[in-house]
Amino acid sequence: MSAAPAAPRVAWAEAPATHWWRVLPSRLVTFCVIELYRIRHDQSELFTRAIQPALWLLIFGETFTRLRVIPTGNLPYLDYMAPGIIAQSGLFIAIFYGIMLIWERDAGILSKLLATPTPRVALVAGKAFAAGIRAAVQAVMVFALSAILRVGVDWNPVHLLAAVLIVMVGSAFFSTLSMTIAGVVLSRERLMGIGQAITMPLFFASNALYPVHLMPGWLQVLSVCNPLSYEVDALRSLILGTPGNLALDAGVLGAALVAGVLASAALLDRLAR
Amino acid sequence: MSTPAAVECAGLRHRFGQVLALDGVGFEVGAGEVFGLLGPNGAGKTTTIRVLATLLHPDEGSAHVFGLNVRSRAMDVRRSIGYVPQQLSADAQLTGRENVWLFARLFDVPRPQLGRRVDEALVQMGLDVAAGRLVKTYSGGMVRRLELAQALVNRPRLLILDEPTIGLDPVARANVWERVQALREQNGMTVLLTTHYMEEADQLCDRVALMHAGRIVAEGSPASLCRSLGPDATLDDVFRHYTGSLLEEEGSFRDVRSTRRTARRLG
Repeated sequence: MSAAPAAPRVAWAEAPATHWWRVLPSRLVTFCVIELYRIRHDQSELFTRAIQPALWLLIFGETFTRLRVIPTGNLPYLDYMAPGIIAQSGLFIAIFYGIMLIWERDAGILSKLLATPTPRVALVAGKAFAAGIRAAVQAVMVFALSAILRVGVDWNPVHLLAAVLIVMVGSAFFSTLSMTIAGVVLSRERLMGIGQAITMPLFFASNALYPVHLMPGWLQVLSVCNPLSYEVDALRSLILGTPGNLALDAGVLGAALVAGVLASAALLDRLAR
Repeated sequence: MSTPAAVECAGLRHRFGQVLALDGVGFEVGAGEVFGLLGPNGAGKTTTIRVLATLLHPDEGSAHVFGLNVRSRAMDVRRSIGYVPQQLSADAQLTGRENVWLFARLFDVPRPQLGRRVDEALVQMGLDVAAGRLVKTYSGGMVRRLELAQALVNRPRLLILDEPTIGLDPVARANVWERVQALREQNGMTVLLTTHYMEEADQLCDRVALMHAGRIVAEGSPASLCRSLGPDATLDDVFRHYTGSLLEEEGSFRDVRSTRRTARRLG
């Protein structure tokens, strides 16, 4: 082919240089909308993922409520553990999100995303909140299940909305943890192994199933360092109205999310190389 | 002031561990040209493309896109390019329109123009009727055209295509060629592509550069390269002349795996 290039007939659209404070929310919204599209096209995963929390609440929760072996003050044990199970369902979704990132790398999608005018931090934050939105949709299902099981949920809409937001932020953090590990190990198989290895320790070394003061000293230290404990604390305050320090919980989760986004963004180029 | 070249590379060198992927690559692509990088697997074509798409920083050398340094002005370079990687990279769990919408948003297409620009890109690639279908129901050729639509929604000045027709059947391949030619004829877009297929280079490219072992070993129009070997020489002969004897040694495991994966997904 050797015809001379024709004169341009379509004016080039000069994409505006956009400031980071506009790019970041724009990318968060974009990736969340895309995740909602994915959920709309395939809802089966929402139901299959609801089975595990349902089993925890129905079998573990109901049984331990009757046994009364875990002292939870005035709260029935089922009520006590419900926020922990909501947080756990988000954790289980988010902790394998790095696998999706590795898959996107292998499929060329990540390269294409990185070749758009999207700062690495905005890309990772967008993906993290996409994981958060999926976890939030899942959390709504567990809320509904909890209501059916007569958990004493505080139905104040502002509290419920705040609880969903906490689930989003908590799950977004765990997805950045997963994406950071993905940036280090670079392979799906290794990430799968590490994900499985850390999920249960994160869950059991938190206050999701039992109060921290019942744990041995060393586990209490781990629990204090575990963002899941703060997520569960915040959810208990918002859903059940138990006393807590919501500002501290939200602050720790927010700080963990920022650290997670920065760490995974720093490793993104290594993953795409 | 003269218009800068669409692409200018000089002395690009890059090493992956022990492997020297680029060994002093330099070439220039004029605005409005269709330029092809040819070569066997592992020749350095994709590495060069990744440098120009701001995905990889070379160890040495410089690269500019429309006068913008790909390293120091990466964000501005990204605003002016559309990039289609070798793999089938559309999201199969979304519809065609949603895939294009995603990239319109990531390129900050102004909101009032968003819907029109998405539709325009889909129509341009002949996907308007199938736009509402999930991509997992698309044929391989349709996925490739969708990727072109994603890359075009930004109306890029430089379109970078890495093996755009690998694994496609002849009909789908011809369809992609027609679309690329139409793009160039409609708006004078600069196109930089890599390919294994000499026929493709002959059909599409104004000029080509033949890469081998991280170097450019020949450069010129397909016709002039053929003439340089003899009156009846074809581009295949040119390819064999410069790379033939060492072909079996070329291509990393990752290259081969990527090519096979793309071919498998195309069925």
